[in-house]
Amino acid sequence: MIQLSVNGTQHQLDVPDDMPLLWVVRDVLGLTGTKFGCGIAQCGACTVHLDGEAVRSCVLPVSAAAGRAVTTIEAVGQSALGAQVQQAWLDHEVVQCGYCQSGQIMSATALLQRQPAPSDAEIDAGMAGNLCRCATYTRIRAAIRDVDAGGAA
Amino acid sequence: MSPSDNGVSRRRFLQGSGAALGGLVLSTWLPGFIPHSVAAEVTAAGRLGDQAPRGYGAYVRVGHDGLVTVISPKIEMGQGAHTGIAMMVAEELEVPLSSVSVEDAPPDSDLYADSLMQFQATGGSTSTRHSWQPLREAGATARLLLIQAAAARWGVDAAQCEAREGVVHGPAGQQLPYGELVDAASALPLPESVVLKTPEQFRLLGTPAPRLDTPNKVNGKAQFTIDLQVPGMLVASTLTCPVYGGKLKAVDASAARQVPGVRDVVTLENAVAVTATNYWACQQGLQALTVEWELGEHAGIDSEQLDAALHSASSKDGVVAHSSGDIDAALSGAASTFEAVYEQPFLSHSPLEPMTCVAQVRADACELWVGTQVPAFAQQTAAAVSGLPLQRVQVHNQLIGGAFGRRLDFDFITQAVAIAKQVDYPIKLIWSREEDMTHDMYRPHYVDRLTAAIDAEGKLQGWQHRIAGASVLARYIGSLPESGVDSDAVEVAIDPIYALDSLQVNYIREEPKAIPVSWWRGVGPLRSTLALECFIDELAHKAGKDPVDYRLALMGQHPRAQAVLKLAAEKADWQTPLLAGQGRGIAVSAVFGSFVATVVELEVQADKGVRIKRLVSAIDCGLVTNPTSVLAQIEGGTLFGLSASLFNEITLEQGQVQQSNFHNYRQLRINEAPGVEVHIVPSSEDPGGVGETGTALIGPALLNALAAASGERLRRLPLSRAGYFPVKGA
Ligand code: FES
Ligand code: FES
Repeated sequence: MIQLSVNGTQHQLDVPDDMPLLWVVRDVLGLTGTKFGCGIAQCGACTVHLDGEAVRSCVLPVSAAAGRAVTTIEAVGQSALGAQVQQAWLDHEVVQCGYCQSGQIMSATALLQRQPAPSDAEIDAGMAGNLCRCATYTRIRAAIRDVDAGGAA
Repeated sequence: MSPSDNGVSRRRFLQGSGAALGGLVLSTWLPGFIPHSVAAEVTAAGRLGDQAPRGYGAYVRVGHDGLVTVISPKIEMGQGAHTGIAMMVAEELEVPLSSVSVEDAPPDSDLYADSLMQFQATGGSTSTRHSWQPLREAGATARLLLIQAAAARWGVDAAQCEAREGVVHGPAGQQLPYGELVDAASALPLPESVVLKTPEQFRLLGTPAPRLDTPNKVNGKAQFTIDLQVPGMLVASTLTCPVYGGKLKAVDASAARQVPGVRDVVTLENAVAVTATNYWACQQGLQALTVEWELGEHAGIDSEQLDAALHSASSKDGVVAHSSGDIDAALSGAASTFEAVYEQPFLSHSPLEPMTCVAQVRADACELWVGTQVPAFAQQTAAAVSGLPLQRVQVHNQLIGGAFGRRLDFDFITQAVAIAKQVDYPIKLIWSREEDMTHDMYRPHYVDRLTAAIDAEGKLQGWQHRIAGASVLARYIGSLPESGVDSDAVEVAIDPIYALDSLQVNYIREEPKAIPVSWWRGVGPLRSTLALECFIDELAHKAGKDPVDYRLALMGQHPRAQAVLKLAAEKADWQTPLLAGQGRGIAVSAVFGSFVATVVELEVQADKGVRIKRLVSAIDCGLVTNPTSVLAQIEGGTLFGLSASLFNEITLEQGQVQQSNFHNYRQLRINEAPGVEVHIVPSSEDPGGVGETGTALIGPALLNALAAASGERLRRLPLSRAGYFPVKGA
């Protein structure tokens, strides 16, 4: 049995220790906002927060998340900063197919939490792990620049 | 399929997809399936348009609540098609965009076949072009009926009434909302003709509108195929023979069956599937299999062999796709000739959502939930595999996590149905990234060989253009027309924007063994544009002319192309001198009914690092539906093409695709992505396509810029082949 806290809810789960957090979240808990893109930490589609830090859930064994706070795209909007990032995404019309955007928003929120006013280089460094095949990078950058994280924190 | 079947299926379809969009667990259609008569359906629904399912009602329904449902013949892949199509209807129907919701059309080739492609599909940058007329007409027809119903109620002349914001206004200030007029309007005869607005009358079209599908894509609510949950469903994943055309010989599944969560191991002709309660268990199960393949005749094939075959084909004559003037005379009488060979590699689509399909097959019916660019083909393949009649197959189209042409094919749908047929529960087939990348249908490897005739004054007389490669069209529709010409492959090449006294285009079909080919964003026009725009650039340099001036002098017949070329050059400060090691490259083309030009400014370091400093595009795509979508498509399409141009090439070894995931088929990342400046030329011409234009122009602009900066004329993509890599920073 693994004790897992996801979006503030405690779960007792009978899953293998080495099952990646991604598939526990998606296939066991039914939270499908977190996406699968590569399974090898190359694309960032599966990004969630572990105690506020962005992690690639496709390569994180669920046992490593036990006893820590997991936040997914479904709940990131409950923080003022997360909601601001989501709004900036809409204001800048970032989204194309949208498949990568859960992960992008999770990475951007974690970045802004750490660095409320990131430089372009810091945005690039913080977001380099998230691929977008629709290549919405220009707008992702603009949206992040537009978030006044100082006000949200 | 008969109209009555269609009436039933559409309503069922709308119910099903409504549930999916609401983020609920899908209710299956199968248990309650009883063929109704259309009449029963109409009474049950009673919306305006329900009684005209093969007329304007194919696209528009107005409910008693005044809410409008638009039935979109085009799916949403991120290109903004749903929003654009909703805008077209809302414009003519005179309703606010906020009262419109969009459903995907069910499979029905008669009704929803694309007027340009001749079958029901989303692709080829046709969404706006194909929808522009019928969708606006449908909206206008509904509006006219509603106005007539109100006029009859008030006893006034319909000409004295007008519709605004979902309300009909009468001459004495009377008002009736659409919802109250639905029943009366439904009983009226159809108008013989409708008058559409002129562009000056547009209030919505041409203004930036927020996308309708995006709010649920930033909060995790939007459901793609991979996210669907059908009662009783299990996840399935496959291991397909690593060599195309190979077969499954034997499999030992005993260990796989021991993996917790695994339910069944299903064998197919060329693959093994494992079904399980979750994807991870499927993968564990697949890894536990001992599989023996019959690799087949392609097992010895390497890329070098395919390359050699294609190169030798490119010197042959094939069939003549176009001939004007006398190219033989021009070449033999030329003061000088110039030949260049351009090469573009096999490419994978690799949309971020891998191939996925939910399928259920029962004795009496089959149901699919799948994001597909070709719903009618999906229905046909499911019928063929399941052995059920077409009308017993339901297709619920879904949001698509990227396609780029990949979901114009339905091999993964066929596979899902073949698996579902062997089990008594619904399955959700999810391909691993490795399965997806090694079993794609690839953009063909092409060779373009161009030979120009130049007279004594250095004037270009014309050229011969040989295009060699696989025929996607033939693979897709089964054969080529009698002419033997693949019309997609030669598009743009046979009708260049440059005035040439003589032009001959030869098409040489050379089918690669061991690798299936398909449509890839930009298709034939992308290939031709790269060859033509690099070649014309080389000719300009040979003639000692500025590449912009040289092109303009040959483009007299194409004022719209000239205009975008000038605009892009001006906005990119084309005339401003650059430092050594820096250069600008330009490309221009008439593609997908639009005119586009792109300028790349870059710097090349001694270590072959390429720093793109500016990327500027100008487009004239005729009347613009939603300028926000145009900008986003050019930006994204350009960087999508840049990514492929820099990095991507699919190669074969021993018949097996060597690239398997994003570590060895890498993609542009944000830290390598330059900004994209886009300028739209205002135009009142008919709308052109947009989604593939940026992708088609970036390759040649990049190669031309590289040549200007470094002196090295690369003629083969990707740049990484020649040791170049991107670096970021001003
Ligand atoms: S799915 Fe985890 S990084 Fe790609
Ligand atoms: S929006 Fe499609 S992958 Fe990013």
